[in-house]
Amino acid sequence: MSFSITEPSNRQKWIAGILVIGYAILTLIPLIWIIATGFKTPSDAIAYPPKLLFTPSLEGYVNLFTSRTRLAPEDLAALGDPTTWYDKIVRSYDMVITGPSRYGERFMNSVVIGFGSTFLSVFLGTIAAYAFSRFKVPLKDDLLFFILSTRMMPPIAVAIPIFLMYRELGLSDTRLGMILLYTAVNLSLSVWLLKGFIDEIPVEYEEAALIDGYTRFQAFYKVVLPQAATGIASTAIFCLIFAWNEYAFAALLTSGTAQTAPPFIPTIIGAGGKDWPAVAAGATLFLVPIMVFTILLRKHLLRGITFGAVRK
Amino acid sequence: MTDPIAQRVAAATPPRLAHRIRGLSDRTIAWLFVAPTIFLLLAVNIFPLIWTIRLSMTNFRTNRPNNEVEFIWFENYQKILTDEDTWTSLQATAHFLIWTILLQVLIGFTLAYLINKKFRGNDLWTTLIVLPMMLSPAVVGNFWTFLYQPQIGLFNYFVQFLTGTDPASFSMIGEVALAPWAIVIVDTWMWTPFVMLICLAGLRSIPSSIYEAAECDRASKWRQFWTITIPMALPFLMLAVLFRGIENFKMFDLVVQLTGGGPGSTTLLTSIDLKREAFEKWRTGYASAYAVILFVTVFGLASIYVKALNKVKDR
Repeated sequence: MSFSITEPSNRQKWIAGILVIGYAILTLIPLIWIIATGFKTPSDAIAYPPKLLFTPSLEGYVNLFTSRTRLAPEDLAALGDPTTWYDKIVRSYDMVITGPSRYGERFMNSVVIGFGSTFLSVFLGTIAAYAFSRFKVPLKDDLLFFILSTRMMPPIAVAIPIFLMYRELGLSDTRLGMILLYTAVNLSLSVWLLKGFIDEIPVEYEEAALIDGYTRFQAFYKVVLPQAATGIASTAIFCLIFAWNEYAFAALLTSGTAQTAPPFIPTIIGAGGKDWPAVAAGATLFLVPIMVFTILLRKHLLRGITFGAVRK
Repeated sequence: MTDPIAQRVAAATPPRLAHRIRGLSDRTIAWLFVAPTIFLLLAVNIFPLIWTIRLSMTNFRTNRPNNEVEFIWFENYQKILTDEDTWTSLQATAHFLIWTILLQVLIGFTLAYLINKKFRGNDLWTTLIVLPMMLSPAVVGNFWTFLYQPQIGLFNYFVQFLTGTDPASFSMIGEVALAPWAIVIVDTWMWTPFVMLICLAGLRSIPSSIYEAAECDRASKWRQFWTITIPMALPFLMLAVLFRGIENFKMFDLVVQLTGGGPGSTTLLTSIDLKREAFEKWRTGYASAYAVILFVTVFGLASIYVKALNKVKDR
C-alpha cells in the first residue's frame, strides 16, 4: 500500500464508521419495524411498551390474504374442527374464512402494470435515445429539455385532464390505461438516461459495422444494443421502481379493477379498526422485492436517481 | 465513382433493390425511432397541458357535465390569487420545503463526508442507508402513522426514552403544532440518502492531487475544507437541492397518507389542496387554473435556479 498524505487516519476512519453505522441503524428501525409487525398478533402489535421480543405469528398474513366473518359460537361449533392451520388461527377469533381478500389481485395489478410499462418505456426509450444520440433530429435540445420539464408537473395537475380523457376513451380504471400513463411519465427519464449511455458508446464501432455491409438497423441491434445492455438494464430498474411505487395516479384514476397495491395497502382494515399486522404484512411483501433489488444493483443506482446528472 | 463498370451496374440495379441493400435511410430510421416517443408524449403530456389551460378559463365541473360551460377568461386565476386558503397552503408548502431541504442537506452532506473517509464496509452501509428512498412513499407513509401513534407508537416511545416525555401526552400527526414537523421528519428520513448520494459523488469527483498540493502549502484541514471541499462539491449540492425542491414542491403521496393535510389545514400542501379542489369538490376549471399557477411557479423558480447553478459550475 502506497502512503498518501491525504489518506484519512485510522482514528478518523473509526469515528466516521461509528457515526455512519449509527445513522444507518437508526434509519433502518422503521423498516425493521414494518417487517416485525407483520409477524405479530394484533394485541402484540399495539402493546405498550412496544414489544421487541414476541412469539412470531402468521396471523397478519392470514388476515391479509383472506376475508373473514364473525360467527355465533353455536354456528362455529356446527362447522366441526378447523382443517388447516390458517383456519385454526381464524377460528380462535370466532371467525371463519369467507374467501380470498383483494390483496392478491392488487399485487398482480402492480406486477402487470409495473412490468408492462417498464418494457414499453425502455423499448421506446432505447430507440428514441439512439436517434437522439446519433442523428441530427431537429429541435433536439429543446426536446430533451421538454422531456425533463414534464417531470415538474405535480401529478395531480396531470391527472385532471387525463381523468377526463380516459373517461372519453374508456381507459379509466384499466390496466392498459395505467400502463400507457406510466410509460409516458417514465419515458422522459428513460430517453434521457439511455441517451447518456448510448453517447458513451464510440461511434466507430457502428461505422466499422456499416463499412462491413451491415445496414443501419443491423448495426443498431447487433452492435449498439449489446454494448448498451447494462445501461438498458439499470434504466429498466428505475422505470420499474417508479411504476411500482407510484401512488397519486393510481389513487385518482383507478378504483376497482386496475387498482395497484400502494393505494390498496393503506385501506386494509380489520374487525375492530386498523389491522396493523395485516397492513405490515402487505407492506412487507410489497417492499422487500425493492429492497433486494436495491442491494443487488447498488452500483447502478446513482445515475438513475439523479436523472443522469451524476454519472459515476 | 468514375469506374465505368460500377456506374453501369448502378444504373442497371432497380431502385427498389438498391434501397433494400442499403436498408432504410438514416433519416427514416431517425424519425421511425423518435415518432412513438413523441406521439406518446404529445398524447399524455402536451395535449392534456393544453386542455388544462383551456379548462382553467372555464367554470367546468366534472360532476355536473350537463351544466353549460362558460368561458370566463382569468376569473379563476383571480379567485385563486386572492384566496386566503391558497396562501395558507403555500405557507405550509414553504415551511415543508425549507426545513426538509435544510435538514437533508446538513445530514446528507455530513454523511457523505463521513462515508468518504472510506472506512471498512462503507459500501454496504451506504446501500443500507439508501433503502428508505427506494420504497413506496404511500405505503411507508401510511406505516409511519402507526409509529406516530400516541402511547403505542414506536416514535413516541423513542421520544420518551430520550426525554422522559409521557408517550401518551402528544400526537405527532394530531396536533396543530407538531404535524408540520411530523411530515418534515418522515420526508427527511426518506430522502436524506438522496442528498447524501449526490454529495458523495461530488466529494469523490475532487482529485486528491488538489489536497496534496494544499498539504504541501501547509493549509490547515479546516482551511482545506472551506476552500477546496465546499466549493468543489457546491455544484453537486445545488443539484441535490434542485431535485429535492422540485420533488417536494409537488409532494403528495407521503403527506397525504401521513396527515391528509390535517389537522385543520396545517399540513395542507399545495398538491393536497389541488387534489381536494379537483377530485373532492370537483371544481375542475378552478383546479386547472391552480395547476397552471403551480406549474408556472415551479418552472420559473427552477429556470432561475438552473441559471445560477450553471454559473457556479462554470466558475
